[in-house]
Amino acid sequence: MTLDLKAFVKQLSEIPAPSGHEAPARDAIRAAWAGLVDTIEPDGLGSLIAVKHGSGQEPHRRIMLCAHMDEIGLIAAEVRDGFIRAEKLGGVDTRVLLSQPVLVHGRRVLKGVFGAAPPHMARSRKTYPALEDLWIDVGLTAEDVAAVVRPGDLITFDATATDLKGRRIAGKSLDNRVSIAAVTLCLEELSRRAHNWDVVAVASVQEETHLLGAVTAAYRVAPDLAIAIDTTFGMQPGVGDDEGFELAGGPTLGLGPNFHPRLYDVLRKTARTHEIKLQTEVMPGNSGTDAWEIQVSRTGVPTALLSIPIRNMHTPSEVVDLRDIERTARLMAIFIAEMGPDFLDDISLELTGCADDDEGDDE
Amino acid sequence: MILRELSEAIGLSGAEDAVRALIVGHICDYVDDMQVDSMGNLLAVRRGTGQSSLRIMAAAHMDEVGMIVMGIDGDGFIRFDQIGGLDDRILPGMRVLVGKDHIPGVVSWKPIHLGTDENTVSKKRLRIDIGATSKASAEAAVKPGDHIAFDSPFVELGPTVRGKAFDDRAGCASLIALIQGERFPFDLIVAFTTQEEVGTRGAQIAAQRFGPDAAFVLETTACHDLPQDPNEPDQTTITRLGGGPAITVMDRSMVSDPRLVRHLTRVAEAEGIPHQFRSPLHAGGTDAGIIHRTGKGVPSVVIANPCRYIHGPNSIMSLADFENQSRLARAGLMALTDSVLRR
Repeated sequence: MTLDLKAFVKQLSEIPAPSGHEAPARDAIRAAWAGLVDTIEPDGLGSLIAVKHGSGQEPHRRIMLCAHMDEIGLIAAEVRDGFIRAEKLGGVDTRVLLSQPVLVHGRRVLKGVFGAAPPHMARSRKTYPALEDLWIDVGLTAEDVAAVVRPGDLITFDATATDLKGRRIAGKSLDNRVSIAAVTLCLEELSRRAHNWDVVAVASVQEETHLLGAVTAAYRVAPDLAIAIDTTFGMQPGVGDDEGFELAGGPTLGLGPNFHPRLYDVLRKTARTHEIKLQTEVMPGNSGTDAWEIQVSRTGVPTALLSIPIRNMHTPSEVVDLRDIERTARLMAIFIAEMGPDFLDDISLELTGCADDDEGDDE
Repeated sequence: MILRELSEAIGLSGAEDAVRALIVGHICDYVDDMQVDSMGNLLAVRRGTGQSSLRIMAAAHMDEVGMIVMGIDGDGFIRFDQIGGLDDRILPGMRVLVGKDHIPGVVSWKPIHLGTDENTVSKKRLRIDIGATSKASAEAAVKPGDHIAFDSPFVELGPTVRGKAFDDRAGCASLIALIQGERFPFDLIVAFTTQEEVGTRGAQIAAQRFGPDAAFVLETTACHDLPQDPNEPDQTTITRLGGGPAITVMDRSMVSDPRLVRHLTRVAEAEGIPHQFRSPLHAGGTDAGIIHRTGKGVPSVVIANPCRYIHGPNSIMSLADFENQSRLARAGLMALTDSVLRR
């Protein structure tokens, strides 16, 4: 079995699964991972935790690969005269909502659109309306809407995934389904390669709201090492040199306090040795990803972050180059296959400075 | 002077190695079970006399604020961002040291003659000049992710000292003094922590590892005891230089455990150790903010050196306050018993 990457990414992209409501994504991921891992089960918050055992010298250390499966979305706040007002569920950019098609997940799924006054009527065409001034129109009578939609119902972008030129696709929720695809490809690659370490693949929940799934998943898994996989900003008009990364230039590897410096070095070296394109993303503080929570779980976890560049992040038309997903998967698989039982010793931070190197010898 | 070497050592959040090595040299003859964890925390135990079974943690953070290389412009000027809290207004003309080789540089600033009347110029628009004549020559010396530290030598001014990173190398020096002195009734768990300035990150995993019965955090805190505009509604100095180490009652990150505040106050009064209370009205947090909420909860308190111009290249601190920090911490720890923590 070989994964049809494009079809899989498009399938994942179109799944509606905002933070806290990840069940449809979890079902699809469970189906894709089931044949690739030894055990698979959700945790208390709904993150999917799958274990693929290593082979050879025991005990096996554990590496966690963590990609969040939730997406940004909206939630119905008010139903009035057949129209629906929404609140954010995650970091939605309200400026992209005017005349945007959405799905309203009421007692049945309704197709809706964020209404916009015609240009002739708009009070100001220089500013974007606030979210509380936007109404979703599902084209039904007030009675029908009231019968189907209640405050609290989910609202997601209604956007199909589309082929662009070459190996690029556009779609919603590529943040972070492309990383789920990368982990899936990595697991597939590892079914063909021997590896000593146990690999724990996690599809985490509620990243977009609270980085929450990563907290409980890391606590439960208690990994010896972790790689978080997420998306980053692709180069596009308006994005500066320090802000964006080349599409098809390979994933970025995070550099900064959130990441273990020696693990960074090894991943970079692995990429160089195997000629896998890899960019560097300097992050001076909070990376805003699952890596931020994983690093400080329990007694600390050496953590790295691989990010796949996408354009138009948090819009219904994110753009990715599939080759960056493949590179991410390949880098992780090779890195994992090359890790020996004592890899942690290779990257440990030195205890130096004792004059006689006779540690802990009391006076 | 230990303060000099600790102040002049460079160790921004996430790369505290040089500071850690210095500290190890000062404590390795006095501690057991010394280890470095995955985030670079230096953890050790100073064995007690065995009279008490309490497990008390004492912490000070090793990291300092500074900057980080984000990229290099076509003409060899360096773009940068900050690590930890930094006021953009202190940057013009600042002397800095870039990367592991400590390459000298300056923050470039347009001459006043040419300047339009601007307010704060954001660091996004400032560049560092290391004297490179091209992008290639800058790239040969510097790469994205390299740390940029204040270039400021330690100066002894008499009753005070001036330098960078007293926040919190002064706390580190006090913690070293505690370790080198007489043993406490209990095992003292010492944590020289990392990444305080980017979110009290190292202290979190140190506290999660040990689950202590209580924690004393030795910090260095803000002091704004300069002449103030009488029309300014906020006349708070936060602390006063020379007023003794400051006991934190509350800050943005926590309410200090009142039993420990009371205990320290009693001990200070009994032993005649100068002390003051940090103004609770001002922002700022410490490692105690995360330590007290780990595990089952850890009663915590902060003792801080007042320090003017913290998070800048030339902070000023009183030597008397600094010496009294470890004196107060030592007296407080020596007198700490189960009954202090009993409810």
